[in-house]
Amino acid sequence: MLLKLDHIDIAYADVPVIRDVSLGLEDGDIGCLLGPSGCGKTTLLRAIAGFEKVKKGKIMIQHGVVSSPQLHVPPEKRRIGMVFQDFALFPHLNVADNISFGIRKMASRSRLNRVNELLRLVGLAGYGNQYPHQLSGGQQQRIAIARAMAPRPNLLLMDEPFSSLDVELREQLVAEIRSILKQEKITAILVTHDQYEAFTMADKIGVINGGQLEQWDTAYNLYHQPQSRFVADFIGQGVMMPGKVINSHQVDTELGVIDGKVPEGCEPGCPVDILVRPDDIVHDDHSKRVAEVVDKRFRGADFLYTLRLESGGVVLCLTPSHHDHAIGERIGIQHRIEHLVLFRRDNFVTHT
Amino acid sequence: MHTNTFSNLARHLVPSVPRPDWWRGSVLLITLILALPVLVIFSFIFTPSGEVWRHLADTVLASYVTNSLLLVVGVAIGTLLIGVSTAWVVTATVFPGRRIFEWALLLPMAMPAYIIAYTYTGMLDFAGPLQSTLREWFDWGYGDYWFPDIRSLWGAMLMLTLVLYPYVYLLARAAFLEQSVYVLDVGRSLGFGPWRVLFRIALPLARPAIITGLSLALMETLADFGTVQYFGIDTFTTGIYRTWLGLGDSAAAAQLSAMLLIFVFTLVVVERWSRRQAQYHNSSRSFKPVPPIRLTRARATVAFLVCLFPLLLGFILPALQLLSWSIDTAADVVDASFFGLILNSLSLAMGASVIALTIALLMAYAKRLRGNALLNIAVRIAAMGYAIPGTVLAVGVMIPFAWIDNSIDGWMREQFDVSTGLILSGTVVALLFAYTVRFLSVSVQTVEAGLGKIRLSMDDAGRSLGYTPGRVLRDIHLPIMRTSLLTALLMVFVDVLKELPATLMLRPFNFNTLAVRAYELAGDERLADAASAALSIVLVGIIPVILLSRSISRKRPGEEYVAQA
Repeated sequence: MLLKLDHIDIAYADVPVIRDVSLGLEDGDIGCLLGPSGCGKTTLLRAIAGFEKVKKGKIMIQHGVVSSPQLHVPPEKRRIGMVFQDFALFPHLNVADNISFGIRKMASRSRLNRVNELLRLVGLAGYGNQYPHQLSGGQQQRIAIARAMAPRPNLLLMDEPFSSLDVELREQLVAEIRSILKQEKITAILVTHDQYEAFTMADKIGVINGGQLEQWDTAYNLYHQPQSRFVADFIGQGVMMPGKVINSHQVDTELGVIDGKVPEGCEPGCPVDILVRPDDIVHDDHSKRVAEVVDKRFRGADFLYTLRLESGGVVLCLTPSHHDHAIGERIGIQHRIEHLVLFRRDNFVTHT
Repeated sequence: MHTNTFSNLARHLVPSVPRPDWWRGSVLLITLILALPVLVIFSFIFTPSGEVWRHLADTVLASYVTNSLLLVVGVAIGTLLIGVSTAWVVTATVFPGRRIFEWALLLPMAMPAYIIAYTYTGMLDFAGPLQSTLREWFDWGYGDYWFPDIRSLWGAMLMLTLVLYPYVYLLARAAFLEQSVYVLDVGRSLGFGPWRVLFRIALPLARPAIITGLSLALMETLADFGTVQYFGIDTFTTGIYRTWLGLGDSAAAAQLSAMLLIFVFTLVVVERWSRRQAQYHNSSRSFKPVPPIRLTRARATVAFLVCLFPLLLGFILPALQLLSWSIDTAADVVDASFFGLILNSLSLAMGASVIALTIALLMAYAKRLRGNALLNIAVRIAAMGYAIPGTVLAVGVMIPFAWIDNSIDGWMREQFDVSTGLILSGTVVALLFAYTVRFLSVSVQTVEAGLGKIRLSMDDAGRSLGYTPGRVLRDIHLPIMRTSLLTALLMVFVDVLKELPATLMLRPFNFNTLAVRAYELAGDERLADAASAALSIVLVGIIPVILLSRSISRKRPGEEYVAQA
């Protein structure tokens, strides 16, 4: 476990910002803090970096405590690298000097080698003498990462590193940066509000809401086995459909009886909501169950239909892009719910 | 050693560390001290008026108001005409010499008004070069012809216009440069010719900037003392001077000062208002500079003359005259006492610029680390001194300082039977304080602009790369800020060197500077002898002109955008 957060509380002047967050990141993994703006994810990252103090709990990097209410190792002593949203390149230094800023104690020969190695790694060999303002946004971004990686930090922290780039560049760069980090076996943690960025980049994702960690999991599990209504809602698309528990492996809904494991504590007859993803609903012309097309969105490879069931409930449905139906048309559907995700309606206790 | 000095300041770079807030406290305290002169002046509004004030009101007050207002109107018309026309011509057209005029048109700024005033007096008087030549050509004798008297109200308007139009020129040109071809093309697409584009689009767009330039020029006009005193015109500043020194009535002088301040603050309000308007005016994000119009030979000649005229009259001719006088008299004037003047001037200017820079740094860092609404207002108030005329400032400094001196002296006599004399009011302390009040805004603006280039994330980047706060200051802040710090020092330095009325009224007994000496010699009709001191001031004054012209040529919005991306 390279990074471990143990029941962290952070507060600004007694206003709690982060409450009881615990997570761990293995050596070489890329973690991600995901959440809406203002949820506290950047504060958490800055606490790991040492720019914020913790009020409770402790932060450990490589088994050493760096933050606790009694102890605060300053950022410059933590052997971390950090990439900032605005890149924060030093305008008075050229690219090579920016990258070597953190390795000034190295002998000049090996420093030069390290700079050139990093420039090659980020695909900007030969740019050493340029100044930051002469580079494009994507190039500045890669220099910022090279600069943070130069001292071979234990942990690389990235604060919304892609948010100031335009969309096309972003998608390409996210994949590129991931392969660089993996190639160098760097443990990293990034903050973002963009779930597709998180999916592409991270091995483990933490969804943060209102200062609390809702779930720390793989992207697959966040999508298919959300632990809370917030995660179910925040990750991917879908609708909540009301239902009633029949027994320990069946729930009755408008779509019919759905099979799956009903968690303990849900008595037969208890009211629940079931998460239905667009890919849970399959278009089938032969199905007896029909629904009316209310809205449709052509997305290139597929259509996203909004359908109204005869009973009145609404579901989303993904179909291949040659299945073109008019609004108002009735089409046959079937459900293929492989992961039964349900939440009791009376309180928000979560179950899978 | 420097690591220690830094680390004190540097510890505060981490905003989350709770500490006693001496940042805010010290800024508020300094602001209060710097605002003291103005507070003192305004407190006299409520003092019951004395004998002298009633005498003034009955006799000269009306002429103070009339002359000051006429002067303002005259200078407003003059600076607008010259400033806007030259700015448009050099920005929008191409003609031979344009590249030189772009910066040379700023040169008259280096010429303090009182210096150009006495130079023209010498050039135009009966024995001067112009009248002598005319008499020779036309064989006139004394009294055969009428010749305009420069030492008059219109002469003062002309003198002030010639050296103050660069304020309008500078800001109008900056505004014209910022205008994108897209905005002006809208006019073309609506079928406007170039003249209508100027009057219907370019001028209205530049109006907020032009008003700012104009109000700065008019503040200088109201603050002018040397010119009107030398020309014998009754205005507020000469009135304050006379009431203070001649009649020795500090209350009446303060009340006159308060009246003048009200005029000045009206201008400040107008200027603030126009700046706020300016925010709405930069509408187009994409920027492409306006291609200048190539002029035909006849038009190019007109454009050339339009630019040459103010430059010739406002700088070249008077500078040449000063040079020729200096060469004639240098052997007699430049002696040990002249170097004493230079030493006095330099040390005052150096002292004031270092003090102003220190305060500006404190304020800029306080705003960066502890910025809130109160702090922003405090800094703004502290930087208001540029609007206070030197004579008013002198009165506002002298009254409280004399009171403090007398109190200390009285107490010391009572307790220890020792007389301390005038610790503040009779020494350079009063001068340095006045300079700091008047010129702090220059420092604050420059330092804030410099510090603004260093984003907070750059501090964090430095820390994450293993740098302690002290090293972040030394290796990131200092190199990025270096130019701004030097500029701030230099601008205040030059302003102090040129300043006349406050120096005249606050200097210690028998303490002279270049400006005071030039003024005194000119007042004694020893115009030629005054030239060496005057020329030194003008030469030093050219430095900020060069700095300004460099920054304006860099200030195209397109380039800024690239720098920020």
